[in-house]
Amino acid sequence: MRFVGAVAALAIAASAVAGEIPRADRRSGYEFMSRETRAMQDDDTANPGMLWVLEGGTLWEKKTGAAGRACADCHGDPRASMKGVAARYPAFDAAIGRPISLEQRINRCRIDRQQAPALAYESRELLALTAFVARQSRGLPIDVTIDARTHPFLDAGRATFHRRQGQLNLACAQCHDDNWGRQLAGNVIPQAHPTGYPLYRLEWQSLGSLQRRLRNCLVGIRAEPYDYGANELVDLELYLLWRARGMTMDAPAVRP
Amino acid sequence: MASALINVPARAKRGEIIEIKTLISHVMETGFRRTQLGAVIPRDIIRRFVCTYNGTEVFRAELHPAIAANPFIVFSTVAVESGTLVFSWTGDHGFSATETAAISVD
Amino acid sequence: MERPTSRRDFLKTAGGVAAGLGLGSVIAVAPARATPAEMQEAIRKVVGSARVTPGRVKLDLPPLIENGNAVPLTVTVESPMTEAQHVRAVHVFTEKNPQPNVVSFHLGPRAGRARVATRMRLADSQNVTAICELSDGSFWSDSAGIVVTLAACLEDGI
Repeated sequence: MRFVGAVAALAIAASAVAGEIPRADRRSGYEFMSRETRAMQDDDTANPGMLWVLEGGTLWEKKTGAAGRACADCHGDPRASMKGVAARYPAFDAAIGRPISLEQRINRCRIDRQQAPALAYESRELLALTAFVARQSRGLPIDVTIDARTHPFLDAGRATFHRRQGQLNLACAQCHDDNWGRQLAGNVIPQAHPTGYPLYRLEWQSLGSLQRRLRNCLVGIRAEPYDYGANELVDLELYLLWRARGMTMDAPAVRP
Repeated sequence: MASALINVPARAKRGEIIEIKTLISHVMETGFRRTQLGAVIPRDIIRRFVCTYNGTEVFRAELHPAIAANPFIVFSTVAVESGTLVFSWTGDHGFSATETAAISVD
Repeated sequence: MERPTSRRDFLKTAGGVAAGLGLGSVIAVAPARATPAEMQEAIRKVVGSARVTPGRVKLDLPPLIENGNAVPLTVTVESPMTEAQHVRAVHVFTEKNPQPNVVSFHLGPRAGRARVATRMRLADSQNVTAICELSDGSFWSDSAGIVVTLAACLEDGI
């Protein structure tokens, strides 16, 4: 019963300081980390995420599928062609009439252009390619396009962010808008700005996607997580990237 | 697909102490974890790391399951002559990986 | 009537949520643990009957770490690193991991400087010990205590 009372206290806190985080107060997860974890991200030789970037660079050059084509055959020098791309995802895909994630874009390329099977979510290859593409946007501001076509999906993502879910009956916003900077057990609650995905999480001992993290959060609040690639997750990604608009990309980041 | 990142300066002065950083992809499965069904996940670790400089061993490490996934090792060596540094990692289930780095010593 | 939650209330909440969230993981990971006595035994295996004296070697660890899966550690030994006087090896041990051995580094005069670093796993808050073996056959040690904080929102077991 004490636990129920405690959650009720959190609910009061939520309604007292509702609303989005003002631009001047926005903080990347990096800023909440210890000196040691920051040092791990800052040095490319110490950052394990760079191992996936390295593998992604190899895959970028590798001819695959029935078309016998490599990413490089169409896109050329990734430093030019992929610069800023990850900072614009999720992006609207006219063929299916809704936004798709960067992972989904890579798989569409594989299926349509390379005539190769889609890579499984969280597979080493898909994470490697995504990390390689995301790395080309390091230092650039997040810049998802919100227009008449994407606006309904942004609204859907925002609604998910603010909807109480799961057995703990918590919404994302209650922790990440209303109580960021406070302690939850031994950790500081971050603002949930996805600046560095895919990222190396010490907890995972591996690289992982933003959707993996979102599914973790859902499990954490005892909600049924959406499947990888579900529209709900892509819409939530779109909302989170828009919420972090203008912040600097730092993929592949390191987080505890 | 094993991949490794090595940081060695391409050039150094004779007698200079150079710092070497190595990072290699490996799960370093401890052998102490279990699946949700209770089955023990077998140990799978890198057990040994060796660095040679023009054929002479200059550094060696024995690793145990307490080394973090994707082992990161930093050490140093004196730049004695131009040549090649060879890094090799060996471990459970026949794991073996080798990387090389050239160094030019003035 | 709305009132801002006090820090105490929130921490209580946090503790409750954490207890709920952490439960699955705690059950999933409950291996046998080494004890300080087992660590002493592991050290004995390395040093034999030699005496281990505190000093000469410095073990750098952060005092508090957000996640025990990758804890940076650096060991530095005061030594001229010459043919006549150098560090032969550096060994690291823990007292509460499932087994006490962490890593052994073997170096010599070619290292130029006796400084090595890596990242280790820590199952819990505990003491870590570094022991160095010098070319004259003497052993020196340093220990450091480290607190591993409890994480809140963990992914469920494997």
